[in-house]
Amino acid sequence: MKELLVLAEHRQGDLRDITFEMLTKGRELSQALNADLTVLLLGHNVKGIAKKLTDRAKRVLVVDDERLRNFNAEGYQRVLSHLLSERKPLLTLVGHTAFGVDLAPSLAAELDIPLATDCINLGFEGEKLVVFRQVYEGKVNVRASLRKSESYIVTLRPATFEIEEVKPLGGEIVEIPSPPSLSDDMSYKRFIEYYQPPAGDVDITAADIIVAVGRGIRDVENVPVVEKLAKAFGGVLACSRPIVDKGWLPSDRQVGASGKTVKPKLYLAVGISGQFQHISGMRSSDLIIAINKDSKAPIFRTADYGVVEDLFKVVPALTDRILEEKG
Amino acid sequence: MDIIVCVKHVPETAEADVAIAEDGKSIKTTELVYDINEWDDYAAEEAVLLRDKLGGSVTAITVGSEEADSTLRKCLARGADRAIRLTDEAFEGSDSYVTAKILSKVIKNLPFDLILTGAQASDDGCAQVGVVLAELLGIPHATMVKKLEPKDGIVKVNQELEGGLEEIMELKLPAMLAIQTGINEPRYISIMGIRKAMKKELKVLGLKDIGLTEEEVGESGSWIIVEKMFVPSVEKEAEILTGGVDEIATKITETLKTRGLI
Repeated sequence: MKELLVLAEHRQGDLRDITFEMLTKGRELSQALNADLTVLLLGHNVKGIAKKLTDRAKRVLVVDDERLRNFNAEGYQRVLSHLLSERKPLLTLVGHTAFGVDLAPSLAAELDIPLATDCINLGFEGEKLVVFRQVYEGKVNVRASLRKSESYIVTLRPATFEIEEVKPLGGEIVEIPSPPSLSDDMSYKRFIEYYQPPAGDVDITAADIIVAVGRGIRDVENVPVVEKLAKAFGGVLACSRPIVDKGWLPSDRQVGASGKTVKPKLYLAVGISGQFQHISGMRSSDLIIAINKDSKAPIFRTADYGVVEDLFKVVPALTDRILEEKG
Repeated sequence: MDIIVCVKHVPETAEADVAIAEDGKSIKTTELVYDINEWDDYAAEEAVLLRDKLGGSVTAITVGSEEADSTLRKCLARGADRAIRLTDEAFEGSDSYVTAKILSKVIKNLPFDLILTGAQASDDGCAQVGVVLAELLGIPHATMVKKLEPKDGIVKVNQELEGGLEEIMELKLPAMLAIQTGINEPRYISIMGIRKAMKKELKVLGLKDIGLTEEEVGESGSWIIVEKMFVPSVEKEAEILTGGVDEIATKITETLKTRGLI
């Protein structure tokens, strides 16, 4: 029977959402292919996590080893290359996360298994694996096929597949020993510690109203234009990644995958194009309004209301109007 | 410290109108402005900063047609010592895997302690080349690097994870590091600077020079083949507020009032 493997992603004792997203898509694919859905869990002292996974797959393979305590692409790759060579799963799903992009390409290259990364959908058409991806900063979609192979690896874009509620499957946990290759000299890459940058004075996740500024602001000297609007609302100022990269606002103001996830009552995006990394940090906001002069900006696919206009015209006018309204 | 930086020449599409070309598999590029991939710009800057601090050399490499020379010239103006462009008609249709294969064939014959590249390219967003390249060369790698410190045959890096968290790792040199944006402040490169760097070496190599066959490159050597490009269908679209600026401001204000947000 064909097998579909999902590589569970966890950090500091918790399963990450991407694991459940992959399992949702994996279940759909395995049914269509009449294949077994197996979860692969690597780590140390992960019994609790393994138990949770039995709700969603009939088989949970666990490799429990002290050397796999923290994610390290080197150790993970050794275990995975052994398991994939042995089991030859038709398809292995990995998250397109910090963890997945560090692991999947080198694993695929080692085994010469065709890989497609950052996929937003995939399926088999007969024997052909077809994937869908986004290119050119979210403005164009691609349909692509993978070279014919007995095995494939695909990384899935996070926050793309909605997690379905399931009746617990009560799957079995199968412990398998670490391969001998894990005992080899593993000193090429060593995990030292996690580092959480210190929190700043403003917690944007607690705000009801967020006005966020992006690359469209052009210059650090223009940031006060948007800050004034945030103040008029009694909200907080946040931003997308480029603003932090340029050092214009501190990193604790960043919304997105590598920053904060926010769910305010109002999210006003100013000059933000809407890359998926940003969207994943704000898409659950109650009301989203976007101001961007590019009508094709991906942000308009997430916003409730859009304004296609020069932000330097709209933002001051809106600020005045709000201040007037508040007296 | 000898550093190799792998860069890509890409179209700027963030604020441009992007249209599908007649072949249905690519975009119309005539109207687009090309420049160095943003992530690679940070990688090139980091390479030059390290070389200035520790001595050694910086070699910039790209796979691309003649137009990509402008991206290499930009790296030379930034301070790279030499540049190599790998080009061949047979490379047409190559995916990230093949690009990494091509790079590996040349890099394995060069002296290096560190390979830097961008964590991803803004055009295809695959985030593969650096990591595949490391595997093909048999060296350790780290992606999404926000900070790096080489010392005594080891490089200590901060890798960016989700939610603002970072992990600190140590890698043995030589190593490949895929750089995340924000690691430094890439210096501004003037036209004058580019002109001044015209004297620096820019070598061009083709398929025969690097020891790969036609079957190993292009679509035939690739893992993934583009079948079609299309503008995504809109599942949800914002209601666009139109009118003059004051009218728009009023519409937004009214909407917020009905929702009790003002």
